[in-house]
Amino acid sequence: MTIQANIEAKITDALQPEYLEVANESHMHNVPPGSESHFKVTVVTTEFDGKMLVARHRILNQLLKDELNGPVHALSLNTLTPEEWQEKNGEVRKSPPCLGGSKAGK
Amino acid sequence: MDILERIKEQVESNSVVLYMKGTPQIPQCGFSSRTAEALKSCGHEFAYVNVLMDPEVFENLPKFADWPTFPQLYINGELVGGCDITLELHEKGELQKMVSEAVAQQS
Repeated sequence: MTIQANIEAKITDALQPEYLEVANESHMHNVPPGSESHFKVTVVTTEFDGKMLVARHRILNQLLKDELNGPVHALSLNTLTPEEWQEKNGEVRKSPPCLGGSKAGK
Repeated sequence: MDILERIKEQVESNSVVLYMKGTPQIPQCGFSSRTAEALKSCGHEFAYVNVLMDPEVFENLPKFADWPTFPQLYINGELVGGCDITLELHEKGELQKMVSEAVAQQS
């Protein structure tokens, strides 16, 4: 299973999202072609109702702990409740361009 | 000093501190860059730690607040979040308020 598919499966199992998008943005960064190192995840679920952003991110960081300890170098998170998603008309922020520092990381 | 003690002291002695890759002037990562820009736009001085220049902090900060990624923003000793959360707060106008209040409390 690809890392991308694995991330999708873990989030789907744990949070039953109404909407889920896992985008592999590794091509935007200083890594070999075909890498699975940089992901942007958008999750819309009622599980986030009444939770602060930090708490929502912690849930995902915890779920994806093994990935973050391993091959995944960057994880951009958009965590919304169904109401917030509707207010935003399904628009999420674009990820920043790489500035080259990733090689200094993992 | 133990590294976790050192981090604790950093976040407690600076009302606003950003752990980032690179510096606010020369950021080395797109996420750190955006976070620093959002903070700069609040119009107050803020402390930063370049984690690429401090391997011990780089290694241990994720354990400190149980937060696996960089950048990390702390206000009044508390983890606010990373890039996504900081930008979201900035867009809502809340970041400015949090920073101003923290700076006012310290002075």
